[in-house]
Amino acid sequence: MTMAVVAGRAYPLGLSNVDTDQIIGSDWLKTISKVGLGEGAFAALRDNGVTVFDDERYKGSEILVAGANFGCGSSREHAAWAIVDTGIRVVIAPSFSDIFSSNAFKNGILTAVVDEAAISPLMAVASADGEDGLLKVDLIDQIIETPDGQRRPFNIDPFRRECLIEGLDEIALTRTEDPAISAHEARVSLVEPWLAGAV
Amino acid sequence: MTPRTLYEKIWDAHVVSSRDDGSSLIYIDRHLVHEVSSAQAFEGLRKAGLPVRRTDLTLAMPDHNVPTTPRVDAAGNLIPIVDPASAIQLAALESNVAEFGVPFFTATSPEQGIVHVVGPEQGFTLPGCTLVCGDSHTAAHGALGALAFGIGTTEVEHVLATQTLRMARSRSMEIRVEGKLGHGVSSKDVILAVIGRIGVGGGIGHVIEYRGSVFDAMSIEERLTVANMSIEAGARAGLFAPDETTFAYLKGRPMAPRGEQWEHAVARWRELRSDEGAVFDKSITIDACEIAPSVTWGTNPEQVVSIDGAAPRLEDFADEGRRAAVARALDYMGIAPGQAMIDVEVDHVFIGSCTNSRIEDLRAAARVLEGRHLSPRIQSAIVVPGSGLVKRMAEAEGLDRIFTDAGFEWREPGCSACLGMNPDVIPPLGRCASTSNRNFVGRQGPDARTHLMSPAMAAAAGLAGHLADVRAYIGEPA
Ligand code: SF4
Repeated sequence: MTMAVVAGRAYPLGLSNVDTDQIIGSDWLKTISKVGLGEGAFAALRDNGVTVFDDERYKGSEILVAGANFGCGSSREHAAWAIVDTGIRVVIAPSFSDIFSSNAFKNGILTAVVDEAAISPLMAVASADGEDGLLKVDLIDQIIETPDGQRRPFNIDPFRRECLIEGLDEIALTRTEDPAISAHEARVSLVEPWLAGAV
Repeated sequence: MTPRTLYEKIWDAHVVSSRDDGSSLIYIDRHLVHEVSSAQAFEGLRKAGLPVRRTDLTLAMPDHNVPTTPRVDAAGNLIPIVDPASAIQLAALESNVAEFGVPFFTATSPEQGIVHVVGPEQGFTLPGCTLVCGDSHTAAHGALGALAFGIGTTEVEHVLATQTLRMARSRSMEIRVEGKLGHGVSSKDVILAVIGRIGVGGGIGHVIEYRGSVFDAMSIEERLTVANMSIEAGARAGLFAPDETTFAYLKGRPMAPRGEQWEHAVARWRELRSDEGAVFDKSITIDACEIAPSVTWGTNPEQVVSIDGAAPRLEDFADEGRRAAVARALDYMGIAPGQAMIDVEVDHVFIGSCTNSRIEDLRAAARVLEGRHLSPRIQSAIVVPGSGLVKRMAEAEGLDRIFTDAGFEWREPGCSACLGMNPDVIPPLGRCASTSNRNFVGRQGPDARTHLMSPAMAAAAGLAGHLADVRAYIGEPA
């Protein structure tokens, strides 16, 4: 799937340190499939008084606004699969855990890093009713537009940006570098033969 | 040549190719595989018709959802797994490793255990290697000077197929703890203090190198506890420069180099340290005497306080968002603002997890428990060794008897109550003194309350029936 612009309402979550256990509980980790996890998405937050995911106004939103350190904790890619399954394609936050943002990107989710100071105005917009509550995330220009005409830049790793826009298959891309990989392996077996085979 | 950090040295040695956008293709020397994060990856390979590129660099075992109750009956027959979803996932791992030819420790092999305990124990993890696993606590292997980090399932598939990962270089952070640790202060207390200081997001985008006299003096097992929780500070990985302690630990391990190759390897490993004058993007120094035996009071590992301290008061937080977050954590934990930690009653004890389930951890807990019995308040207390080999070693030393005499159950190796994917869960509102690494909401079971601490502190809490200061149980320093 490719991405250029995602526009519409956004879930105003706003919380910091949302760990991946909160995004998808461990009982969902036993699945051997990648689909259907949306049903369990954010269950721990919902059980503990967070209402945005059950609020009709936000239903079906493709954007989520969160606080710092989103996706910390467990490396479970199930968190990204759960988010994809709910229909969310963009998460906006001041920072993301490294593993989560990587998992998100592999599943076509944009993790847009904005200034800490941008979160409260973006939360205000996302919480507003009707037309005033619409966000537009433009991956080409790396800008988030709000109805009041503000244009806020966001950060994304350039390689990931390109992959999201063009929908590249990473394994296929890496396999084109096979000669370089084999050359590295040959060098290691010569210089550090103990690394060249473990089992 | 410009001075380089240890991280930069390992990184540079593994770059296969680089792009203008700042990303590099990094070669992966070691890959650990378990049942929870691999099924969809093998499925991807199957669909693409790809083999596992280097089965000889890959090692698989079940750990996350294997039951920790006996696995074979008296007649030696396998006991079936009750939970159907776990059974399917474990069977999927077995058939995947068979189909793709990946080396595998079965649930009943003596070497089986938690991936992060088994890797170092087998000498699979080596200094200067890059090591990945579909599990965030892969950071643990940095204790041996390996650049080790957790990855997601799509990356697991990428590594299986290509033995590489595409990534951008992280920033570097130096954490020094200088001085001498006080009596009863463990490596768990050190890493909890580090996380308390820099916060759960403090390490984002960074690889930490642990330096200074306290870390130099640590055993490999203590370093594993520290490196393991690097991820709880948000760091990509945590590193210790390999030293004599590392070499002594690795020598003779089944998968470590031997003979002449061992000598060559050690000579090379000695170069694996940050150069004089290497620049870190961030440096933090902590004085060892500020660190006390500690427990967490909240729902993330930075919410930590020394055992003679108290839960925070809401008025201590000027920022409204932080105050609300603290109030939510206290409410979930059932702790009053300002409550003294030693007044918090405990109903469950869990000694285990990749953070604290090695032989030294079990010895430390057993030392506190010897000749004593759990408080009648305690509803469940289990010890889950990190691997079959740890379990056997502990049994040979008689530690299992100390635990069972004290009222603990002595279990088979696995992740167990660390994340509650197998039957070992803490019941709703149950309060657990736990040696694991995450006190997240619902981590040990829905509505379960987790206090993180060292093995000796968990043992002390079990004896007291409330959070307790281990120093009261272990006498004066010798
Ligand atoms: S023991 Fe806990 S933290 Fe460690 S690998 Fe298992 S589930 Fe993860």
